[in-house]
Amino acid sequence: MAITVLIPTTLRSFTNHRSELELEGNTAGEVIRSLADEYPETKKALFDESGNLRPFINVFVNGENIKALQGNDTPVKTGDEIMLIPAIAGGAPIESVLGDTKGEKLTNEEILRYSRHLLLQEVGIKGQKKLKAAKVLIVGMGGLGAPLAQYLAAAGVGKLGIIDFDEVDETNLQRQVIHGTRDIGRPKVASAKDSIKQINPLVKVETYNYMLTAENALDIISEYDVVADASDNYQCRYLVNDACVLLGKPDVFGAMYQFEGQASVYFAKEGPCYRCMYPSPPPAGLVPSCATGGVMGALPGIIGTIQANEVIKLIVGGGETLVGRLLNFDAWKMRFRELKIHKDPNCPICGEHPTITKLEEYDYADFCGIKKQEEEEAPVEAIEANELKRRLDDGERITIIDVREPHERAITKFLDAKVIPIGQLERRQNELDPTVDTVFVCKEGKRSILAVNTLREAGYTGRMFNLKDGTNAWARDVDPSMPQY
Amino acid sequence: MIYLSKDVIQHMLKDGANRYPEECCGIIFGYIDDNGEKTAEYAESAKNGYDKVEKRRRFEIPPEIMLKAELTARRKKLDIIGFYHSHPDCEVFPSEFDRTHALPVYSYIIMSVVKGKAVKTKSFVLSAEDMQFSEEKITVCSKE
Repeated sequence: MAITVLIPTTLRSFTNHRSELELEGNTAGEVIRSLADEYPETKKALFDESGNLRPFINVFVNGENIKALQGNDTPVKTGDEIMLIPAIAGGAPIESVLGDTKGEKLTNEEILRYSRHLLLQEVGIKGQKKLKAAKVLIVGMGGLGAPLAQYLAAAGVGKLGIIDFDEVDETNLQRQVIHGTRDIGRPKVASAKDSIKQINPLVKVETYNYMLTAENALDIISEYDVVADASDNYQCRYLVNDACVLLGKPDVFGAMYQFEGQASVYFAKEGPCYRCMYPSPPPAGLVPSCATGGVMGALPGIIGTIQANEVIKLIVGGGETLVGRLLNFDAWKMRFRELKIHKDPNCPICGEHPTITKLEEYDYADFCGIKKQEEEEAPVEAIEANELKRRLDDGERITIIDVREPHERAITKFLDAKVIPIGQLERRQNELDPTVDTVFVCKEGKRSILAVNTLREAGYTGRMFNLKDGTNAWARDVDPSMPQY
Repeated sequence: MIYLSKDVIQHMLKDGANRYPEECCGIIFGYIDDNGEKTAEYAESAKNGYDKVEKRRRFEIPPEIMLKAELTARRKKLDIIGFYHSHPDCEVFPSEFDRTHALPVYSYIIMSVVKGKAVKTKSFVLSAEDMQFSEEKITVCSKE
């Protein structure tokens, strides 16, 4: 059967600019298939990833939609005319993640407090009411969570949820400006709640002094309109992303390391999610945490404030959010760069055929290589600071290798340890005597494990120890005159 | 590049303002040359297929109207070269919904209509290779 197929403009670049083709087939479906066979480039526009005709392409046989006939099986005969007609659709980006907030009222006290928002046409009374009705969850009350909580509280967000299992310690205070010196030892959520109430007593605060897990994430997040990810680990980032995708909420993302920061808005309804951008995490241990690698104090202030800014726009509606864009910031060079990120149709959670549908069944620790790291690496013998001290006092011959960075050794030297950076260990292993026990030392006993494993792989046969908890343990347990850092 | 006459632009802006706060939409008829450059002859408003609530941020030109438009274009020896729609009180850039519902070649002209007034107009074309939008230059020409 020779059927006339009329080609719409959109497909003509794939049909050598021909607007009419004669194609074979006994049904409408067969004719479309022969079009795709003859002009393979039309496939991408006509069919989705699983080979089905895109739902917005309509097929008309002699002026009648095949949906009203027998669909793909609609019989056709010589002389019939098939037209491919797209249903053209589109729409504006999200106005606000909040629904109707007309019922919300602002008191005179609130009108005065939020005056500078109300003076902005883009926010105004309408936007401020939305902020008042909004519920935002901040995951992590550290460097990024601090400015997030402060600015969102000041902006008049109705309810803030804050989740963190940790307590405030001295090393947090260099950047986590929501906590103060007198908060040392307190749960971070308790300290943060006090600060929020100090900034704006009108904000309701819900605290969760435990870890976000695959078991509790959906229950907690479903209570909120927007989630800000201010966590410091991959496991949590994937978990927050996945829960947000499943619940249809935006995940306002921020991350940082040393001098570099990133921010984006992962919102599967409107664009890509975190998994579209990063299908899998880097191998565990490859990217050091702030505790190992350090972080510029003001950096989380900048990134966390960008996150707060994006949260406010999502609530108020309008503007241009970071949906589909990853903002990279280099605090040392003082440069912002922007990457476009695309939605991945094969994304396992927000793609067309998701494979992750239940969080409880997904092993986040395994995905992030945390278990693997614990299981695979042969245990490294550890030595406590007190034990090392005793053996040295007994006059035992022990080689001590300090693998810390030069700028760390400038903070505090460790005994008369020999200095070998991890990168040089393999090459310089002959400087060690395999008949003498060797103790590897770093700040907190993590890089020293890496050092032992590196030498072991390089074939070194001598007995090796890791100084448990590093120089910090020595300072804590043996020599209080030495600083911890 | 798409060449739009002042008449065509006027038509679109008026449609955007008249149908505010709902989204307007319409079909642009004209020619496409071998280099992919488009010249608009005229634009026609189309019914928005969505129901009342959704119309504030969605539009759909129903297939029946598209069929009629294709037949009209054929009769007049023109092509359908693109579509226009408005984003009421919203930015002028294509949304994810725009992207996933778009087809290559066509111009997608978006107008940002703020408080009933069209303030910004841009045109976008979907690339067939990566199915992403890129901006297309609009050149305003006086009608010969």
